[in-house]
Amino acid sequence: MSRGQITRRGATAATLGMLGMGRLAWAQAQPIRIGSTLALTGPLSATAQIHKIVGEIYIEQANARGGWLGRKLEWVLKDDQSKPDLARTLYEQLVTADKVDLLMGPYATGAILSAMGVAQRYDKVLVHHTFGVPSLAKYERAFPAWSLGSEPQTTVPNTLFDALAAGPKPPKTIAVVTSKFPSIQFMSAGAREVAKKRGLNEVLFLEWDFGNRDFGPIANRVKDAKPDFVWVGAIGLDGNLLLDAMKKIDYVPPQHFYLYPAPAPLVTLPEAKNALSVTIFEEQPPFIDNPGAAEFVKLYRERATAAKLPDPSVEVQAGASYTAWQILAAGVAATKGLDDKAIASWLKANRVDTIQGKLHFTGTGNYGDDLMRIKQVQGGKWTVVWPKSHTAGGVALAAN
Amino acid sequence: MSGFTLPSITLLSQSILSGIFVGALYGLLGLGLSLSWGLLRLINLAHFAFAFLAAYLCYQMASLGMDPLLSLLVIVPLFFAIGAAVHWVMARFSITPFNSLLLTFGLTGIVEALIQSIWTADFRKLESAYGHMKFSVGPLYVPIPELITLLLAIAISFAVWAVLRHTDLGKALRAAAEDAPIAAAFGVNQKRNALLLAGTCSALASVAGVCLALSFTLAPSQIYAWIGVVFAAVMLGGLGRALAPLLAGVLIGVSEAVTMAVTAPSWAPLVSFTLLIGILLFRPGRVA
Repeated sequence: MSRGQITRRGATAATLGMLGMGRLAWAQAQPIRIGSTLALTGPLSATAQIHKIVGEIYIEQANARGGWLGRKLEWVLKDDQSKPDLARTLYEQLVTADKVDLLMGPYATGAILSAMGVAQRYDKVLVHHTFGVPSLAKYERAFPAWSLGSEPQTTVPNTLFDALAAGPKPPKTIAVVTSKFPSIQFMSAGAREVAKKRGLNEVLFLEWDFGNRDFGPIANRVKDAKPDFVWVGAIGLDGNLLLDAMKKIDYVPPQHFYLYPAPAPLVTLPEAKNALSVTIFEEQPPFIDNPGAAEFVKLYRERATAAKLPDPSVEVQAGASYTAWQILAAGVAATKGLDDKAIASWLKANRVDTIQGKLHFTGTGNYGDDLMRIKQVQGGKWTVVWPKSHTAGGVALAAN
Repeated sequence: MSGFTLPSITLLSQSILSGIFVGALYGLLGLGLSLSWGLLRLINLAHFAFAFLAAYLCYQMASLGMDPLLSLLVIVPLFFAIGAAVHWVMARFSITPFNSLLLTFGLTGIVEALIQSIWTADFRKLESAYGHMKFSVGPLYVPIPELITLLLAIAISFAVWAVLRHTDLGKALRAAAEDAPIAAAFGVNQKRNALLLAGTCSALASVAGVCLALSFTLAPSQIYAWIGVVFAAVMLGGLGRALAPLLAGVLIGVSEAVTMAVTAPSWAPLVSFTLLIGILLFRPGRVA
């Protein structure tokens, strides 16, 4: 064995040793614990499954890249059973008993509002994915990934009615049927106001309680009213149930919109042809061109397929969920620490690169711009149809 | 537009028809619950979980190519056995009516978790050859799956009524519910009859579950959405009666549907529970 060989082997061994020690130190360092709840059971669980998969993907990706601040990430996830009151208790536990380092928001407006109260009590940063009523987001250290602007009740319906006005059958009459779920009811009320201002004649307005099972009579009422366009203030399965009921009486709405549907079940329903909804992210250009988006889409598709979700596509819920993790990561990386005050100050003063694009948090409730676009079920998948700047391949809004 | 509106005749008729159909399902779900509560003195909350488990099994078999109605040949005996087994455990430990409520509530949670672990929390829709079939009578539409539910509910309710009314087994069950020691003195084998009845109640839940799968989209969390209104139908009809749950279910279904046709759908539950409160106030003896 030559001296050169010995030196090379020694150097290799030393390098491997150092790497091993570094790896060992990384493994032995206390992990950064991030606590949150999700509606793993209960009426919101179908959509919350998406957020669970996304969170797991993000944590795995981050750990594969060395974690945050050289420490491994650990996600402490609890089931709030779709109950805001339980979410409050669990967030209290996460802070006081589990002593997590950071918080991540739960799914859906009610639970987020509960978590926000707890975060405020303990001065914690709360990045949340899907809070739908910006005027209720009073806590200055709460940051939204659901980019619908400060006044979505006006801006979102206006975007939708702009799309319809430019479409093949601009509506003259509208039926507004809506769940009384807080963030839905508020948006539907806004849609009624906007429709009135734009000269649409409201031929029907109906509300139902969250968790309603029987949509037959509602379908009957819509059919009887003969609207040109139906605004469905839907959350979760509402849209599927209403379309099922419509099919049974041989009614196809000329044009129809669903606010926050469980995305996969709606897109896989044949009756949902040409159904409209809102989105901040879809797996198509230009969204897919944002940094990190393509890799995330690939991983999500794999996981969602393995989890047997009816539709493994990345869309608005998954997009918002991933964005939330990116926002928190940006705050930690920029401040090089876990200090909630420093993270919040940095987020308020800076823009964050996400798969939605660059976000800022300077408006009411730290909301930035309204990035909601209009998508439609075409050919069995969601496709962005408005504004034209965000459509791909010459796609345009269609009517039944 | 949100207040009271006068519906068209077509709207009102279609709504009443929808109410009858959904009421038949309330009645079918309530039948086993009513028999268990009235004749066995056990409040079986797991009845709803069994119905959903049967619905998911039907969905699974249908997705493998089996006709949903043929799946009853497998599902009904299976749930008969499950129901009898659960009752054997409850009898073994002398569970009181109140404790049966707690025990079966826990069992409901376990079944919900089981369903979620197998089929996930996502919504499932059974697709069958006749799932979307319907026919029209003038301006009214009659969906075939709902019609099947109605016919099954009527046939089963009358069959159970006939058994309770005209057979020795039915008389023995009613006698045991009325006065167990005296029934035993006359040679009624209560243990065997109770197992038989508990199994039948679960089998009835499974039939309701198959009907549920034919008409509704399934999600594990929806188990709880049916409890309130079916309990109302059972209590409105009176416990341990065969035809009453169906009649009460249809009354509630039609009331809800007409309410939804003339005013906001969010008022519908108020109507059914007002009916129940009215019965409890003015005819408290019915619930015994």
